[in-house]
Amino acid sequence: MRDVAIIGVKNTKYGEQWERSFRDLVVEAGVGAVEDAGIAGEKIDSMFVGNMSGGQFVEQEHIGALIADYSGLAKNLHVPSTRVEAACASGGLALRHGICAVASGMDDIVIAAGVEKMTDVPSNKASSALAAAADREWEGIMGATFPGLYAMIARLHMHMYGTTSEQLASVAVKNHYNGQFNPIAQYRNKITIESVLNSIMVADPLHIFDCSPITDGASAVILAPADTAHEYTDTPIYVRGTGQASDTLALHDRRDITTLDASVMAGKRAFEMAKMGPEDIDLVEVHDCFTIAEICAIEDLGFAKKGEGGKVSLEGETAIGGRIPVNTSGGLKSCGHPVGATGIKQAVEIVEQLRGDAGKRQVDGAEIGMTHNVGGSGATAVVHILSRNR
Amino acid sequence: MIMMSVPRFWRKQIARYNLVGTHCKQCDEYFYPPRNVCPSCRRGGEIEDFKFSGKGEIVTYTVIHTAAEGFEGMTPYVLGIVQLEEGPRLTSQIVGDAKDMYIGMKVKPVFRRLGQSGERGMIYYGTKFVPA
Repeated sequence: MRDVAIIGVKNTKYGEQWERSFRDLVVEAGVGAVEDAGIAGEKIDSMFVGNMSGGQFVEQEHIGALIADYSGLAKNLHVPSTRVEAACASGGLALRHGICAVASGMDDIVIAAGVEKMTDVPSNKASSALAAAADREWEGIMGATFPGLYAMIARLHMHMYGTTSEQLASVAVKNHYNGQFNPIAQYRNKITIESVLNSIMVADPLHIFDCSPITDGASAVILAPADTAHEYTDTPIYVRGTGQASDTLALHDRRDITTLDASVMAGKRAFEMAKMGPEDIDLVEVHDCFTIAEICAIEDLGFAKKGEGGKVSLEGETAIGGRIPVNTSGGLKSCGHPVGATGIKQAVEIVEQLRGDAGKRQVDGAEIGMTHNVGGSGATAVVHILSRNR
Repeated sequence: MIMMSVPRFWRKQIARYNLVGTHCKQCDEYFYPPRNVCPSCRRGGEIEDFKFSGKGEIVTYTVIHTAAEGFEGMTPYVLGIVQLEEGPRLTSQIVGDAKDMYIGMKVKPVFRRLGQSGERGMIYYGTKFVPA
């Protein structure tokens, strides 16, 4: 198996972008990443595109071909293009498939992209589309919503470990603080614990400020064999580990409702491949679709003891400058969550950090970073470990 | 509420109306919602239908204020994960005042209207839970 490097990255602006279409977004991300890598279209061997639900959000399937077409890679070059779907983990999974294609030796230069255009439908339709990531027949039919499922995780976490609403809120406050320094972020305003606690209740105990927003956006990265990466860039970022795991689709069937076993296993597999542990990681982008999700993530990946995720968040250990900076991009909460794009955006953030290009949100001396992307309430998890050194 | 077709709902009607799930005779594990393959024994398992008593307790719950599509008229409603006495857990609405709910509360099943497929569509019935 060959080592793989990331040689180009690009995020579009994340937010409500009524003037821009699904195609506009993904083409901007793809072309931007190609420009960043300084490669020509003829060099591209294949592409993988993470997209959760073009079918429900813009009534468009056959996303792989569409994107190859509008990126100018279909009509003359006929570049193979594959859509990858694992709900909110679609982007992370597209990245993993791109890495596998290069690592196997089948392809050399691969685009891994992600896109979601969520604001062309009313917000209740968007919520309903997202609910398709849960078990429609045995959760959705009973009136379950995504905030509702994570609220049930939160309530049990509070019951078992004494986690508080203030601790949950501190995650949103920290992510908004980081997001103000990210030029692509949907929300670039600071918020306070009081404003989170005073925001409307969506699904008790989660307030609206505990929830990530509905977002339009796209992201892309260019992958190359590590042996040739220096031909394209002075600062290749190396893929040291990749891990993926599945769990039961429905939350009620999990071994432990407050632990995402898929996150635990995906993290374990990525750490084993990289021959590393949590202590080696300088910063991590985790899947904070809700504040409780970040608390579970840092516990499941080994950055906090089980039950102490809320405590370490409130104490500032996950802030930039803290013991383990989490979600320097602003996370899903502040940067936004175009579901199919998020897993790629997490990798773009880590690449920018490891290149030293993250501006005011830069983690000093960052050498090794991690991404953690979750589908549904935890039925899929994808983890990547990226490094400045091979 | 999704626009679930009549056959899609009908084929699991007995499970939804009467809490009929499955049981693996090989490892003695119970499944609700029903499964045709035992996750522990896989091909070595022997699956049979099983009707649950419906006695259970609340594992966790939430009070939903922003409803799923089609459930807007019900807010606030309580959604919970219930563990049945035979072992399996399921997601259901808990009928009653949210202030009375707590983790560990004993519940029993009731036959209720779950929702409707659009304004003129089929009405779905199934099992919700009430304090025992």
